[in-house]
Amino acid sequence: MSAEWPLWEVFVRSRRGLSHTHAGSLHAPDAQMALRNARDLFTRRSEGVSLWVVPSDEITASSPDEKDPFFAPAADKPYRHPTFYEVPEGVRNL
Amino acid sequence: MTSPAPPAPATLPLGDDALILSHRLGEWAGHAPVLEEEVALANIALDLLGQARALYAGLSDLLGSEDEIAFLREERAFRNCQLTEQPNGDFAHTIVRQLFFSTYQQPLFAQLSPVLPLAAKAVRETAYHRDHAEQWTLRLGDGTEESHTRTQRAADTLWRYTGELFQPVEGLEVDWPGLAEEWHASIGDVFARAGLTVPAGPSEGAWSAGAGRQGLHTEPFGLLLAEMQHLHRSHPGAAW
Repeated sequence: MSAEWPLWEVFVRSRRGLSHTHAGSLHAPDAQMALRNARDLFTRRSEGVSLWVVPSDEITASSPDEKDPFFAPAADKPYRHPTFYEVPEGVRNL
Repeated sequence: MTSPAPPAPATLPLGDDALILSHRLGEWAGHAPVLEEEVALANIALDLLGQARALYAGLSDLLGSEDEIAFLREERAFRNCQLTEQPNGDFAHTIVRQLFFSTYQQPLFAQLSPVLPLAAKAVRETAYHRDHAEQWTLRLGDGTEESHTRTQRAADTLWRYTGELFQPVEGLEVDWPGLAEEWHASIGDVFARAGLTVPAGPSEGAWSAGAGRQGLHTEPFGLLLAEMQHLHRSHPGAAW
């Protein structure tokens, strides 16, 4: 039966002010049931205050074959990194 | 305005409802149609078990420890309504049983929350149980011909156990007729949206009116108790 149900990716916001973070995936017949299943599987121990579910089909992922052209150039261009100023104390979640 | 807490035995039927339905739902472990649903049913079972424990803890002066109350009483001493002891059947049967019960339990606890400390927390839990059952009833009733047939059959079979829910429990200050009216309105609404027919048959048999609340149970209940209690009875005082 689960083979016929679409796969959903689950994103949990652990507390206000943080972004939704990918937590895992599950099967469900539709979006509303996916939300409820996500609640049961991922937030039963107060892990979150908000949930997103996204059809896995709708996610376009980068391919491992394209890893180098996609990600390699970043490291040798230090001017792209915001490392030249101090982060003030007391700024969280940065 | 504060009312006095209901006398202790009045909460026993509530605890027995929760324990027995919890055990029934636990029977799905390893058998549910999909893994996600197995977790959902187990979560509901654990919520109910927590409610039973809290209610039994309040009765320990009268009836002994939680374990003694759950595992050492005989069939006639249980006061759960007969709906909760009905076997799981197929998934539709379990969902309809859950719908009937949580649509009853949530407003019941809401009415009891001023006098029963557990009730406020239980109302939130039960709201989720009710939502889960409603969502599934809509999908099964309005799903395939097969799922519709099974759901309607479950409703017709379980209907005779619903009248008992509104038999007054001595010692509980509850507006029972109001509760029944609210229940029928809610079930009627869910059934209408699910394309199901509210059963026309009697909601209780001459033999079953309020029977569970008096300790009279249906045949499957003895088997349930035997399975639930045998470990504790075989190894008295065992710890782990």
